[in-house]
Amino acid sequence: MQGYLWFVGKRLLQLLAVIFCGISATFLVTHLSPVDPVEQVLGRLSARSNLSPEAIAATRAALTEMYGTGQPILQQYFNFWTRLLRGDLGPSLLAFPTPAMDLVGRAMPWTLGLLVTSTMITFIIGNLLGALAGYNPDNRFLKAFGLIAMGIQPIPYYVVAFILLIIFGYFFPILPVSGGFAMDVRPGLSWQFAGSILQHSILPALSLVLVGFGGWFLGMRALVSNVVNDDYVTYAELAGVKRSTIAGGYVIRNAMVPQITALAMAIGGVFSGTVITEQVFNYPGLGSLLIDAVNWGDYSLVLAVSTVSITAVAGAIFIVDLLHPLLDPRVRAE
Amino acid sequence: MFSILRDLIRYNIEFAIGLALVAIVVLFAALSFFSPVDPTLIYVAIPDQPPSAQYWFGTNSRGQDLFWQLSAAFRNSLIFGITVAVLSRIISIAVGLASGYIGGWVDRVLMFVNDIFVAIPIFPILVLFYFVLRNNMDSFTLALIMACFGWPFDARLIRSVALGLKHREFTRHAVFAGMSTRKVLLEEHLPYVMPIVFSTFMNNMLWSIGLEVTLAVLGFTNLNNPTIGTVLYWANSHSAMVVGVWWWILIPVILIVMTFLGLFLLAISMNEYIDPRSRLRRMGA
Repeated sequence: MQGYLWFVGKRLLQLLAVIFCGISATFLVTHLSPVDPVEQVLGRLSARSNLSPEAIAATRAALTEMYGTGQPILQQYFNFWTRLLRGDLGPSLLAFPTPAMDLVGRAMPWTLGLLVTSTMITFIIGNLLGALAGYNPDNRFLKAFGLIAMGIQPIPYYVVAFILLIIFGYFFPILPVSGGFAMDVRPGLSWQFAGSILQHSILPALSLVLVGFGGWFLGMRALVSNVVNDDYVTYAELAGVKRSTIAGGYVIRNAMVPQITALAMAIGGVFSGTVITEQVFNYPGLGSLLIDAVNWGDYSLVLAVSTVSITAVAGAIFIVDLLHPLLDPRVRAE
Repeated sequence: MFSILRDLIRYNIEFAIGLALVAIVVLFAALSFFSPVDPTLIYVAIPDQPPSAQYWFGTNSRGQDLFWQLSAAFRNSLIFGITVAVLSRIISIAVGLASGYIGGWVDRVLMFVNDIFVAIPIFPILVLFYFVLRNNMDSFTLALIMACFGWPFDARLIRSVALGLKHREFTRHAVFAGMSTRKVLLEEHLPYVMPIVFSTFMNNMLWSIGLEVTLAVLGFTNLNNPTIGTVLYWANSHSAMVVGVWWWILIPVILIVMTFLGLFLLAISMNEYIDPRSRLRRMGA
């Protein structure tokens, strides 16, 4: 138990370091660049309207105060952290005067739901079938499955999502291809609303699953086919242990350990995939918000989405890492 | 070297297919050096022409000959992928070998940094870079940024091999013979990790080209520079599928799938080559 606590402590330190470095990086990128957010917003404002020079000067002063860009960089860095810890990154320009963090909070459940369910489905299906394929290398169905997995796996998220969009939006329009829920359904705690959400999430989730599961399948198949040849498995077979026990308790459990590590490492990539998927299917999550914010030049919102997503991804990796020693006693002893 | 290649082609069908696919794409991309048109110009051909004898891949709604457009796009994307892969390989070899061989606090510090880089999601950071640099972000800047994020996985892999090499007899001989640490790493250990470097090279190219496509499709790169992603971006923004210019989407998608599948097959077959157990099984020994 003490070993486990040490492990958790070490990982927690790492989590804090990751969040600190990631968020500092976002600060440095945005503040050390020669591009001034105030001038960017002004450029956008004055391009679409004919404001008087006085109004522009007043707006410039107000924006400089709002972003705090007049101060020395260290002071700005300090302010940035204090504001961030209070959860206040200023109002968003996209939906002025809603605080940027509120918009992120609204988008978060959509992305989280999509990401968590599709990652879990992908991980479970991919590993289960991969383990079966590694354990029964001569099964024809699983062999064909492996070929398909290998064919789909390297294709970029965007292309897969787009092909699904074309198939289900153009050739067989049976599933909704845009939005988070139907326009005529009132959001609330009703079966109708839940059903609508589920229906709208099928295609985005499907595209994430299709791209993701191949990697788990191939990885698990390779791992299992190596473990099967290990001496202790042969010994268990000779000792007459039941085949199902060998597969579950001896082979899959051991092969799972590297896969859990891989899951922790894959989360960041899955997040980028979710951004694309949301954009293709017009899903109201963090990804769509980030893209809108960049296109609008919405400085606070871009910072809010990046800091939250860095924290969220790091947190998810931390949680997966905590599962690791439960599967592998060697990590606990370390 | 050539006998290895011959064996791989003969005994490893995946390697042969991958090599063929990549060769086709590379040849196609190389054609762009003989391109009769400047791929950055628009409205130089009749728009929306289906594939024909004159325009092999048709023309798009921006009045570009898709054949030469795609050829230039694939050249740029492949060069981009290779740049990122080479730069990040240099970092990962340096970090991996140093951390494995020197050990101690050097190893702990390097691996701590390594774990931080693994956990930072790169996509929001790239979007942030685009957000502040806008069109000043050319593909070399993008390649540099991505190279800074593309090394940690492979550094860990190289480190694990270097850890094993450290206690081998020949390392001790080299040290007793008075070789400096730098020399031991470069002359004795580097050849052992080269297979890993090659196989991760392909994986890294897949990763970086995929990310570039992602960014470009969203419009977050320099859109006037033809790459795989920007071709898709323009096809999308002209609603190519809806107005019936299907060849503008279909042909790039086929080529993209060929590129990615080819690189992926090369990467996994090399991985297998590195692991001699599976190689022997395949050769029936």
